[in-house]
Amino acid sequence: MSEAVLDSGAAEAPGKQGLVDDWSRDKQVFGVPWGKAMMWIFLLSDTFIFSCFLVGYMMVRISTTDPWPNPSEVFALEAFGYPVPLLLIAIMTFILITSSGTMALAVNMGYRRDRNKTFWLMVATALLGASFVGMQAFEWSKLISEGVRPWGNPFGAAQFGSSFFMITGFHGLHVSAGVIYLLVIAFRVKRGFYENRPGGYEIVEITGLYWHFVDLVWVFIFALFYLW
Amino acid sequence: MAEEGTQHPLKIYWIMWIALFVLSSFSYATDFMDHGALRTSLILLFMFVKAAGIVWIFMHMGWERLALKLAILGPPVAIIVLIGLMSLEGYYVEDSRLDNYGESTMEVETPGHH
Repeated sequence: MSEAVLDSGAAEAPGKQGLVDDWSRDKQVFGVPWGKAMMWIFLLSDTFIFSCFLVGYMMVRISTTDPWPNPSEVFALEAFGYPVPLLLIAIMTFILITSSGTMALAVNMGYRRDRNKTFWLMVATALLGASFVGMQAFEWSKLISEGVRPWGNPFGAAQFGSSFFMITGFHGLHVSAGVIYLLVIAFRVKRGFYENRPGGYEIVEITGLYWHFVDLVWVFIFALFYLW
Repeated sequence: MAEEGTQHPLKIYWIMWIALFVLSSFSYATDFMDHGALRTSLILLFMFVKAAGIVWIFMHMGWERLALKLAILGPPVAIIVLIGLMSLEGYYVEDSRLDNYGESTMEVETPGHH
């Protein structure tokens, strides 16, 4: 980082002393590229949005006197002649984890300046993300065909539908945006756009932060909406 | 400075990847347990361990300086207060609904039978 050179030159202390130094030494506070700091702050704000959705869902689920539909039955799929609970949701979970793994490898390959591997790993991540969205579309159409609506459903409390469509819809939107974001950056990496830029391949890590966040949110949705 | 800590051996990612698979299988397995305090605690435990792994290893938070760690991970703690307040309010609303409208008379279908 060139900005760090402007600093007095004293060694960066770790831990608590480092915290005090970073905030008080009249220099930039976060020793990371500005793009990365901004992505983290965006993700922090997104954390609050998803938290509000999940807390809202908790509130309506607690306060309704109608029985809550059993997610393990609502999201069951027929396989080998038996209804398997949450089958598609489990597959979607594993797909998203796999995509997080390929993304982590892409970031690493980016810093090794291996453009080809970075490109293909990012494309793999985007394809896994796209298949996730496809499965979600299947899930939505299945539920809609069974009569689940944001204002009511045959299986219990009306709030189930509104929470489901809002939370998974907003998450799906994030995944879709992430797929586009990944592809844009991947093709730029491929054509060497970042070869001579000051930030270099930091952009791959910043894109990765967004993608891992999408996976992170799914961890909470999976536990709190589907399993609870 | 930015470059330090960004080129770790790949091994840690593979370990994290496998750990996430195993933990997700455990998470999924809780769906076959009887509902109760044990199942709920396991759901939350696996959720937090997975979340911590993603943030710490995949998002590299473990290698960032304390200033960034606190700025990003500190504020979400406030959400705990919101959860507390909203669950209190939720139970209060449920009680007043029961007091004023009585038990639910909704007739429900079992999913997957039509």
